[in-house]
Amino acid sequence: MTTRTEPADALVIPPGETVPGRARPAAPYRREGPAKLTGVALYTDDIVVPGAWYGTTIRSTDARATFDTLDLDDGFDWSTVVVVTAADIPGDNVVQSIKSDQPILVPLGGEIRHHAEPLALIAAPDKATLREARKRAHARTTPLPPTFDPEASDHTFAQYAIEHGDDLDAAFAGADLIVEGEYRVGHQEQLYIENNAMIAEPTDDGGVTVTGSLQCPYYLHGALKRGLGLVDDRAARVIQAETGGGFGGKEEFPNVIGLHAALLARKTQRPVRMIYDRHEDIAATTKRHPAIVRHRTGVRSDGTLVAQDIEVIMDGGAYCTLTPVVLSRGALHSGGPYRCPTVRIRARATRTNTPPNGAFRGFGAPQTEFAAETHLNRIAEQLGISPLDIRRRNVYHPGDVTPTGQLLRDSVAAEEVLERAAEAAEFTRIRARTADARRRRAGSGTVPGGPLRTDKERVASGIGLALAWHGAGFTGSGEIKLASVASLELTGDGRVVVLTASTEMGQGTRTIFPQLVGEALGIPDEDVAVAAQDTWFVPDSGPTVASRTAMVVGGLLIKAARRLREQVERATGGPFAATYRAFAATNGALRIDQRFEPYPDSVTFDDDLYRGDAYPAFGWAACVARVDVDLDSGEVHVLEIVAADDIGRVIHPILAEGQVEGGTLQAVGYATIEEIKLHDGRYLNDRLATYIIPTALDAPRISTILVEAPFGAAPHGAKGVGELPMDVGAPAVIAAIADATGVWIGDLPASPERILAALTGQPDMAGSRPAESTTAS
Amino acid sequence: MTTFGLRVNGTDREVDVPGMRRLLDVLREDLGLTGTKEGCGEGECGACTVLLDGEPVDSCLVPVCQVAGVDIRTVEGLAAPVAPADAGAGESAALDPLQAAFLVTGGAQCGICTPGMLMAARAYLDAGGGPDHDAISEAIAGNLCRCTGYTKIIEAIALVASASPNRPTGPTGPTGPTGPTGPTGPTGPDQQERPR
Repeated sequence: MTTRTEPADALVIPPGETVPGRARPAAPYRREGPAKLTGVALYTDDIVVPGAWYGTTIRSTDARATFDTLDLDDGFDWSTVVVVTAADIPGDNVVQSIKSDQPILVPLGGEIRHHAEPLALIAAPDKATLREARKRAHARTTPLPPTFDPEASDHTFAQYAIEHGDDLDAAFAGADLIVEGEYRVGHQEQLYIENNAMIAEPTDDGGVTVTGSLQCPYYLHGALKRGLGLVDDRAARVIQAETGGGFGGKEEFPNVIGLHAALLARKTQRPVRMIYDRHEDIAATTKRHPAIVRHRTGVRSDGTLVAQDIEVIMDGGAYCTLTPVVLSRGALHSGGPYRCPTVRIRARATRTNTPPNGAFRGFGAPQTEFAAETHLNRIAEQLGISPLDIRRRNVYHPGDVTPTGQLLRDSVAAEEVLERAAEAAEFTRIRARTADARRRRAGSGTVPGGPLRTDKERVASGIGLALAWHGAGFTGSGEIKLASVASLELTGDGRVVVLTASTEMGQGTRTIFPQLVGEALGIPDEDVAVAAQDTWFVPDSGPTVASRTAMVVGGLLIKAARRLREQVERATGGPFAATYRAFAATNGALRIDQRFEPYPDSVTFDDDLYRGDAYPAFGWAACVARVDVDLDSGEVHVLEIVAADDIGRVIHPILAEGQVEGGTLQAVGYATIEEIKLHDGRYLNDRLATYIIPTALDAPRISTILVEAPFGAAPHGAKGVGELPMDVGAPAVIAAIADATGVWIGDLPASPERILAALTGQPDMAGSRPAESTTAS
Repeated sequence: MTTFGLRVNGTDREVDVPGMRRLLDVLREDLGLTGTKEGCGEGECGACTVLLDGEPVDSCLVPVCQVAGVDIRTVEGLAAPVAPADAGAGESAALDPLQAAFLVTGGAQCGICTPGMLMAARAYLDAGGGPDHDAISEAIAGNLCRCTGYTKIIEAIALVASASPNRPTGPTGPTGPTGPTGPTGPTGPDQQERPR
């Protein structure tokens, strides 16, 4: 049971009353907020474990090589530490995932496939000894030729083809204009502020307990059982510590570090702490997949789409991880939220000798939707149509059909978010003003490099618009296969407890679940407790990913609460709120387990043919960005963003706004400054001094408009919110830069170097390959 | 090893450690004050921000030998702590007005940057900083947050700045443009003296 802390100051607005500047009543405070704000919340590295040793990882310095030997210096007393190699792994030497192709540690004689790949582990009683031991262990390798170009790779992790409508050639023949374009996006680091961290403790019965920073307790649970050869479900126990951000970066990677900590704990028979520092975290953990996206689009002269031919190539890195699902989501979203009668999408992801790429907020969609939106904006420019009007003409309405044949039945608010964002940002009026300014500059001889330009003309302003969709929940048949369970228990002492594996990592799980359950039971949310995410006690309600927590798991909890309420009220004859404590005292504990069932009226997705309902519902987002571009330096300042997001039903306005604001700034970083540089397969800027993310000074003013188009098949109508804003921010910023400068940046990020190269007519450096168009006969 | 006398959150403490040990490690490991977080270890992220005589400093960059006799304040010194929210305890305690404002506006999400952010904000407010958006952005520019987009953090600080009774110039409200654009007053290192 949690007691809300009433702050001692008059600043506090009690829940239920209106917060100044907000139209809605305030929802409950973040449940663990007081603990986080006073510094008592325990993140993994804050947990004191007496007698714990410290663990570290010996990593490869080759992108591809044969691992010959591990030399341990004679001059060091190796009896003071413990070394673990692949030979010490009691179970399968694989990090369990979709293809399970990644070893926990590369075995001797095995192939090293990327820089920073784990080869061996060391644990020591103190950090100084550990540092010394690490310096004295040397991997001997024989280099092999690496592959870095995903298009030249000979190994494909996954490929999909989606075909929709009539003959593609015939459709293009009917177009007034055909526009082609190529877009490239690079790696992006999640950069949660808490690095990956795990503490493993051996148990007396040969098992292990792992406590750590993670999103998906049951992913790690499965990986531990397989890697350690444990049969009993309770032998591997996973507990989530307070988690300092994830964004996908703590979806599957914790399997690696969790297994490493567990192997060290097993061999030392002591608790072992594996806490990455920032350098190791950036150098070795997963990133957003780089992608190349090619579009060929046929339109009529009024802007109506008639044919889309899209090719997506993603760089999976050295191991498969979640790549097939990332690619799938990327491909399914690659046309954008627009009706088009004839569509072909071909997507593939290949293996390269770079560290494995994996989950990151948006999960493939930000890459392909950046391309789709930028391409559509270029088409509008060529047709002389406004970006708003070309979207009005093509945007999905209820009754439209997506490229997989999915009928969009309800909860389709694409047009509404578009209009709301455009209106609030005064898109049309400001765009007319920026267009005038651009024309004046173009005709004045004061373009960059022009000697006549004054300081006043150094800064060009622009406004840009983008629209996105994001499938809520797992892709395709994912939720059916997952068959998640969420439970609700009325304990013998009369408490209502939520039991799920859904983790809190800042997004608000721990606050919204009691809201949903409390509302369904007719009791205050503060009377609903949330059990810790500990696999000994909570059921597998699936991973905390894919914007599925509020929609899918929240929906299961509401159904469980309705069943609990009905059973109690049937027995007592009185309202739940008034009778449940007495019911528990008389009857003892009552637990309801609610398993996922397919949403009514949904069409099961065919994973082989890629036909059917790809998602139960879609969220919709529009973004308008205003920027200033310094024409001398190429620097972009994103001034203001208006974001309109349809998330079905808003459960907690402040938390939902927080998701939109945070996701939007990550998208601004993706668009403008975040870039990984590679050399021989190694990340060059693998420190926070060199991989930069937006500070408060880089952040635009973000205005959020939350739109509610309820998803009828979910009991509460909620869709997801986490990933939606990540899809739409980057193309809006790129469009604003183009509006300011007249040049399109097709490779992210739009760094000063790329912008200056584009302004001075060096398209190759700029990544601003011209959108080639042909007028059909 | 050397013995250092430290004044932390108004209490005198002694540690026996090498002089070049990072203040961050002394706080977290020797004094058990784990509210101060490590995000990068090289002075980029600000998660380890503490106040030294009222000035915000990255404690990962400060050797303990430099802070003997300095008034050190950490997040634990802002308000009496509460039990972790889901520990089942019913304890509650007063929050500092700044912490309360973060709770109201949603300025803390994952919470890992929050202690450092609070200390940077506390220094700004103690120095007389007002509710001006740009001035607040400048004051917290050394503290990275990956969750919030900074919007609600700035809102929280502005809320406190505009409610503060003894600021040198009168605020016009949370969005008012006329507050001082930078720290103007003397630093107020003593937590007992800060406005309540």
